[in-house]
Order: sequence, then C-alpha cells, then structure tokens
Amino acid sequence: MSLQLFTQYLFSGITYGILYAIVAIGFNIIYNTTGIINFAQGEFVMLGGMCAISLHEYMPLPAAILLAVIITGIIGGLIEIIFIRWLDSPSVLRMIIITIGLSILIREAALFVWGESVRSLPYFNGDAVTSVQIFGANISPQVLWVIGVCSVIVVGLSLFFQFTYAGREMRACAANRTAATLCGINTRSKITWSFMLSAGIGAVAGCVMSPITYTQYDIGPGLAIKGFTVVILGGLGNSMAAVAAGLLLGIVESFSIIVVPMAYQEVISIAILLIVLFVRPHGLFGSSETACLQDF
Amino acid sequence: MALAAGAALLFAFLPSTGMAKTIKIGAILAESGPAGFLGQPEAKTLRMLVAQTNARGGVAGYKVELLLKDSAGKKEQAVSLARQLIEEDKVFAIIGPTRSGSTMAIKNIAEQAKTILISCASTKAIVDPVAKYVFKTPQNDSLAARMILQEMKKEGITKIAVVVGGTGFGKMGKMFVNKLAPEYGISVLMNETYSPRATDLSPLVTKMMANKDIQGVVNWSIVPAQTILAKNMRQQKWNVPLFLSHGFGNIKYVQAGGAAMEGIKFPADRLLIADSLPASNPQRAVLVKYKHDYESKYHEPVSTFGGHAYDAFKILCKAIAKAGGPDTEKVRTAIENMTFIGTGGIFHFSPTDHSGLKIDAFDMMVVKNGKFTKF
Amino acid sequence: MGISKRNIPVLLLIALVVIVQLITAGTDTSFYLTQLTMTAYYSLVIIGLCLLMGYAGQLSLGHAGFFAIGGYVSAALTTHNLIGLRHNQLIELLNKTGLLSMGQDIYGEKILTVIPWAACLAAILVTIIIAFAIGKPVLKLKGHYLAMATLGFGIIIFRFAMATEYFGEADGISGVPPFHLLPGLTVSGDFGARISNYYIAWGLVLLGMILSLNLVNSRVGRALRAIHGSEEAAAAMGINASRFKLYTFVISAVFAALAGVMLTHYNGGIGPSEASVMKSVRYVAIIAIGGMSSLWGALCMGVILNFMSLRGMFGSYDGAVFGAILVAMMLFAPDGILRLPLLKKLWRKNGPARN
Repeated sequence: MSLQLFTQYLFSGITYGILYAIVAIGFNIIYNTTGIINFAQGEFVMLGGMCAISLHEYMPLPAAILLAVIITGIIGGLIEIIFIRWLDSPSVLRMIIITIGLSILIREAALFVWGESVRSLPYFNGDAVTSVQIFGANISPQVLWVIGVCSVIVVGLSLFFQFTYAGREMRACAANRTAATLCGINTRSKITWSFMLSAGIGAVAGCVMSPITYTQYDIGPGLAIKGFTVVILGGLGNSMAAVAAGLLLGIVESFSIIVVPMAYQEVISIAILLIVLFVRPHGLFGSSETACLQDF
Repeated sequence: MALAAGAALLFAFLPSTGMAKTIKIGAILAESGPAGFLGQPEAKTLRMLVAQTNARGGVAGYKVELLLKDSAGKKEQAVSLARQLIEEDKVFAIIGPTRSGSTMAIKNIAEQAKTILISCASTKAIVDPVAKYVFKTPQNDSLAARMILQEMKKEGITKIAVVVGGTGFGKMGKMFVNKLAPEYGISVLMNETYSPRATDLSPLVTKMMANKDIQGVVNWSIVPAQTILAKNMRQQKWNVPLFLSHGFGNIKYVQAGGAAMEGIKFPADRLLIADSLPASNPQRAVLVKYKHDYESKYHEPVSTFGGHAYDAFKILCKAIAKAGGPDTEKVRTAIENMTFIGTGGIFHFSPTDHSGLKIDAFDMMVVKNGKFTKF
Repeated sequence: MGISKRNIPVLLLIALVVIVQLITAGTDTSFYLTQLTMTAYYSLVIIGLCLLMGYAGQLSLGHAGFFAIGGYVSAALTTHNLIGLRHNQLIELLNKTGLLSMGQDIYGEKILTVIPWAACLAAILVTIIIAFAIGKPVLKLKGHYLAMATLGFGIIIFRFAMATEYFGEADGISGVPPFHLLPGLTVSGDFGARISNYYIAWGLVLLGMILSLNLVNSRVGRALRAIHGSEEAAAAMGINASRFKLYTFVISAVFAALAGVMLTHYNGGIGPSEASVMKSVRYVAIIAIGGMSSLWGALCMGVILNFMSLRGMFGSYDGAVFGAILVAMMLFAPDGILRLPLLKKLWRKNGPARN
C-alpha cells in the first residue's frame, strides 16, 4: 500500500475513532459519578448539531455553536434533575431502561421539531470539495478541525479532573460517593454537573462532525452503540483508555474495508469487541477487579 | 328560534346527504422510521390530493376517505396493517407500501383478497410475475440502469465500480447494473454496499481509488447518505465521473452535498425540471400543477417520491371514474387499459405490464449551480 | 396434575383465549384475531426472555437476534428454489428422504424447496447451536458487560441479515409457504385459516407458559432463583450456576426462534426489522414493565402493548408512546405494573400467589 492510501485510511480512521472516543468519554463521565450508563448519550451529539444548525440561521457560526453547546448542557442537567436525581439507588437494569426510554423520547421530539430531513452546518473552512494535502493524501480541513477540537477536549478534561477543585470533587464522587458526601462535597450537584459536562462535550462533537457526517434526528443510537463499544473495550470508567480504544476501533474499521465488504464493517468491529469481552471480560485496559464488582 | 335550529340542522345534514357514498382508500406508508424521507412526501401528497378531490366533489359521485397507516418501514407492521385495512376497514384499494420489502410481503395478501394494490416501491418483482390486482408507479430500475449504462458507453467508460445504499432499492440497482453492463461492453470491477446510516465513506473512496482501472462510479441509492460519497470523492480529488440513480430525486440532497454535487449526472423523471420544460411537453401541465400545489402547501421542495404517490392516487381515481364506481373488477380492467400522463412519465398499462413506463420516462439530468437541469 | 392453586391462572388463560374467540365470532369482529395471533408469537419470545431475565437474572439485549435466526433460516430454506440443483447428489438424497417438496407458486412456476417441518427443525437446531456457542462465554459476564455482549450479538445478526444476499438483504424474504403442522392444521395467513391459526398460536403460548411455570417451580427453578439471589451462595450450596444459566439461555433462545419460525410462516415473510436492536429493547422493556420476575405480568404487558402497536393505534408516535411508557413505568413502578401500590393490594388479596 502506498503512503498516500495509508494516510487516507488512517485519517478517516482517526476522525471516527476520536468521535467514538468523545461519546465514550461522555458515557464515562456520567458513569463515574453515578454508576449509570446513559444510553441517551448519542442524542446529545444529535441535539448539539441540530441546535447549532437552527441557531446558525440567526447568528454567526461560533456563537451558534457556543449557544448550542450551552443549551444541550442545560438539557443534560434537566434530564438528571427531572428523571434521575430523586431515584433511590436504582438498579442497573432500571437505569438502562430509563435512559433507553429517554433516548427514544428525545429522538421522537427531534423528529417532531426538525423533521426527518438531513441537515448540516457549513464547513468551517472552505466547502465540501476543499482539501489539504498530507503525505499525498487529500484530507478535508474539517477532519483537522475534528481531530483538533476533540484533542483539546480530551486534554482539557484530563487537566480539569487533575487540577481544578471541581474536577477533584467529581473524582472523589467517582471513587466513593458516601465518603465524598462525608467530606462535605455536595455530591448531588456534582452529579448534575457531570450530566451537563457530558451533554456539552457531546454537543461539541456533534457540531464539528456535522459538516462531514450530516445531522439527522436518528443518528444517536448508532453513535451510542459505538461509544458503548469503546467504553467496554477500554474498560468502564477509564476515559484515557477510551481514547485509545476509540482510535483503535476507528482505525480497524477504516482499514477493514480493504479486505471485507463494507456491508460487513460493523460486524467486524462488534465481533472484535465480543472476542475481547470473552478473552478479557474487563476490557483491553480495565482491571479485572472492577469488572467483578459489576452487578445488577 | 326553532326555525333557526331546524335550518342549522338541515345545513348540518345537507353536505352529508349530498355525498353519502364514500370510497375507502387505504394507504400504508413509511411515514416514520428509517424510510421516513420517502414516506413523508408520499403521505403529504396523498392528504393534499384527497382534500382536493373531495373539494371538487369526489370521484364518480363518491367521497374519498383516506385511511393512512404508518408502517414505520417495517415489514411485519405492513402485513398487520394490510390485513387490517382489507378485512376490517374493507378498503377498496391500497396505495403503498413505500418500500419494496413491505410491498412484496403484502403482494400475495392483496392478490388473494382481490384488493387493488398500487405500490410506491420500485422493485420489478412487484409486477413480475404479474399479479392481477397489483400495480406500481415508480419506473422500473432496469430502465434507469440502461440510461446510466448508455451514457457511460457514450463517454467511453468501460470499467466501473458499483456502490449501492443498503436498502431494497440499492440491492435491485446492484443486480441490474451488473446484469446489463455486458450488453454495453462495460465490466463491473467492484461492488460495495454501504449502510443507509453511513456517515462517512472516505475509506470506501480510498479503496476504489486504489484500483487504477476504475473509470466511473455508479452510486445507486435512495438514502440521504448517497451525497456523502460524492463529497468524499471530491475531497480526495478523485475525479472519475460519478453517476447517481433516480433515487437522487430530491433537491434537498443537492443542498446537503453543496459544491461536491456539481456536474453529477443521473436519470430521473421530469418532475424535477417541471418549470423549464417546453410548453409542448405533454407532462408539463401535470408536473407544474403538482409541484406548485405541493410546494405552496407544505413549503418544502417537491420530490419524485411524492410523485409516485401522486400517480398512484390519480390512476386509481381515473379508473374509478371510468368504471363509474368502486367495482374492483371494472376498476382493475380500467387500469389495465389505461394511458395516463403522470409525474413519473406517460403510463401505458396493459394486462401484461402493470408498471406501464418505458425508458422515455427518464431524462438524463445534471446538477448545475445547485439545481437540476436537463443534460 | 390436579387443580392446585398454581394451575388456576393457566385455566383462566385457556378460558380467556376461548372467550375472546367466541366474542369476536359473535360480534363479527374476527379480524382482531389477526393481530392477536401475531401478538401471541411475540408473547412467546417474551415468556422465554422473562425466564432468562426474571429467574436466571441474566439480561439479554439481543433476543430479537434469536427470533430472526429462527424466522430467517426457516424462510430461506422454504423459499429458495433448489430446482436448478436437483441433479446435485445431496439434493437428490434429500429429495428421496421426503425433506424436499416439489410444488408450484401462485404464478405457476415450478419450485423445489425444503418442507416447512424440516426447515423448522433446522432453524431450531441452528438456534440451539448458536445459543450454546454464544451463551457459554457471554454468561460469564455481568452488568454492563453482559448488556454490551448481548447487544453486540443482536447487532451482528441484524447486520448479517442486512448484508447477505441469501437472506434478501434489506428486503428480507417474502413468499414463505404455509406450514402444514398436522392434517387440518396449517400455519398460514389465509383468511379462511384465521381461527385455527389463533388457536395454534395461543396453544403454543399456553404450552410455553406451562413449561416455564413448571420449570420455575421445579428444582431447576429453585436453583435459578438461588443464583439470582447470590451466585456465590448458590455455588456454595452445590448448584452449578453456570450450567443452569446456560440451559435457561438456550431454552429462551429456542422459544424466540420457534416464535420466529411460526410468525414468518404466518406473515409469509420476514424482514430485517425483526432483528433490529429496537425490537430487542422492546422485549426487555415489556418484561421490565411486567415486573421482571413475573411471567404473568410480562405476558399481560406483552399482549396489550404488542396488540396496540400492531394495530397501528399509536400511528407515527409508536416510538414516542413506547418511550414514554418505558420511562414512566421505570420511574414510578420499577417492580412492574402489577406491583403498583394500589394494584399490589388487590393482587395480594384476591390474586394467585406470586410466582
């Protein structure tokens, strides 16, 4: 394979991988503070894109995106306050079903508001045919935007959790909620914040991806399944592992097309996941100890 | 006071006594679900036409009652709804379903129950073998395939790749292009199917690009994702000619694809270029009226998909009018002997041809300045 | 089996099935039986899944996959015309043993296909093999990992059906012939065979229910409940937890596959939407609404929701209504609709003992 083709495959793999990783990080942020896997995660990505597209009719692009991210974040927070906050130690299955139900509702609401048609934000630089050359491969500048913005999110988040007070409090919640409450941390509000943060970064991803992938009311479940795959592949709750796992999945998917017909692409990535689960049930990077603690 | 009340009562009864007789027409369309982008324009078209027809006094003195059911694109749901419409609501005829798979699932049910079915799906198997009570309005896929292959031959393209969207429509396209290509001296080097939910096809483009022999690409698809292929090809600066199918017939797709769609050629019926047709064109009046009615009512661009529902409904009404009422056998015979100027072309039905359209239903179109124009 | 307290609900169900049929016959509304028959087959899936979820405590987000395996294998075998291969030795052999049938379709084409009985058995056999192969490693997982693994299995089956020409890709398979169960009993969508099909379907549901109830109340059932309570404790008592879980998994897969086979013959076809993730989610949700470890609750909710949905009562809001019910139920009645405080009182006072 020539360097040009290799680069071409690699870049589309990385673009997708990093998107999956962002969705997976969204899953993990909520999981860490609440123990809930939020199956409506993909809908945040859709909402971010859709809001930005609608707002862009009235304001310049950066403002529209910013506002869309804030709106989606607020929706995320409201979901926690209305549906999750007052539940008394719900079972895993109950939460899976509630979040699946929420994802259906958000999707149907989006269908009602925006219709079934395909929309997209304009390209941030140039248009649909612009491309830049890297090692002979032609890459859309939007791909660089996606990679750039998502990398900033990943780095920013890890700094936030490491060095800010709020971030440390959230980590404390993740480690042991009761202990965190005893230390005087308001765990309730931390949980709400985790939903807002998770929805917000989903929305950012939804905006930067929109020109490449388009936004439609029902893109959520597909993304959620891929994101969930990455979460499991990386090990539940481990955001940095999710980035590695996401990139791995994206790149494998991208290169798999050389040998496998495209129609079977998803079969390949899910089959890999199943094999990993069977051999290393705690994920590629997770520890077996935490996996044992999972229960219904 | 009593007089006024009596008058009001009389008024309330008058319209209903004037049109006491109704014909129930069922419709099974994929209004929601993955094929919603097809089912919605169809449903909107039918609602509009029924209102228009009843406002004009109905058909053959009968008021039309539309029973529109949403199959969400699911085959089993279509089966359940078809049985419901036939056994329970005792509809006179059914329009739809939207998708080929669903139509094939209820083809035999309609045939057994002797209920006229006019499908909005394109698979040839719907009318081949001919079932007495089953018709369809979209053009045969094989005709579009021939149009594309003809044009390729003219341009001297001999080696192609075929890429289709993962729906029944794409499946048929793949079959016909592969089957007919040798007749035009063209060989198919690669076949690929992408998911209707695909969001990026650049790895696929890279794979095709790696094969230096490919001189042209056919992208046969009805799903919105079809524009992504064009975009990814242009981004990767791979400039082989790209041909789309008649499933491209919605200006929204051009808007979604933007600059990448310029110069793309595809066969389509003339609804898309209604306004620029010469006055001598026999279809012009029908097309312009439908386009204008639809766009002023729903504030969205008309698509060929809605046109299929338009043709189905109008054919049915014309046949009922000719038969003088809802007599299934007479209406069926009327359709079989009908020549009808519709949005999809000029239909010439016969007892052996329940599709009625020939290759002249299509024109080769090209996207120019973000608009459809005749090539 | 005397009329013990445990059998009362079963007898009630039999009575209800007959009464409903008589009412529809009496009021000339027998068209309802069409959707009731389809509902019965979906209920069979739900009973099997309830056994797995409620009693063995194992979530499966891929049960539509098993339904699809049953339906697709049976549909493919009974529709693909083997006439071109009739001189092939294997086909000749099969033909001699009576596993193939020569016939004509309604348009007069000659077709040679596998007979439905053989296809049905093949479908069940394939399901058992796949369920064993998948079940063994999957059931070692827990919590979200188990959810993902079963979800993944479902997606693979769905994608496979969508991508494979043999299974009709996006169109699915149509033209599936009737299934002659016994002389006089045929699974088909013929308008004339509506009543017998209704009884076939509900007869199967009854059989499934009786089998499940007996299983639940047998030694196996007690072992399963012990596993659900605490796997470690069960293991300490000498219960081979993983074996019991695996058996339950296979049984529930067979229930789903059998339902798939029957509904495919009844509908005359099957499409990929039967294998979709949303279908699996639906099954799980119905069981959760019915109250996890309540076979009767799951059956009730399954019948009501599927019947309304199949009749298109929710129109284009099918998904939205379903989502809303899901969320509301899980928020306010997480133990199922039969255990709502008010209903619980009634249930305790008058109803049968909880299974």
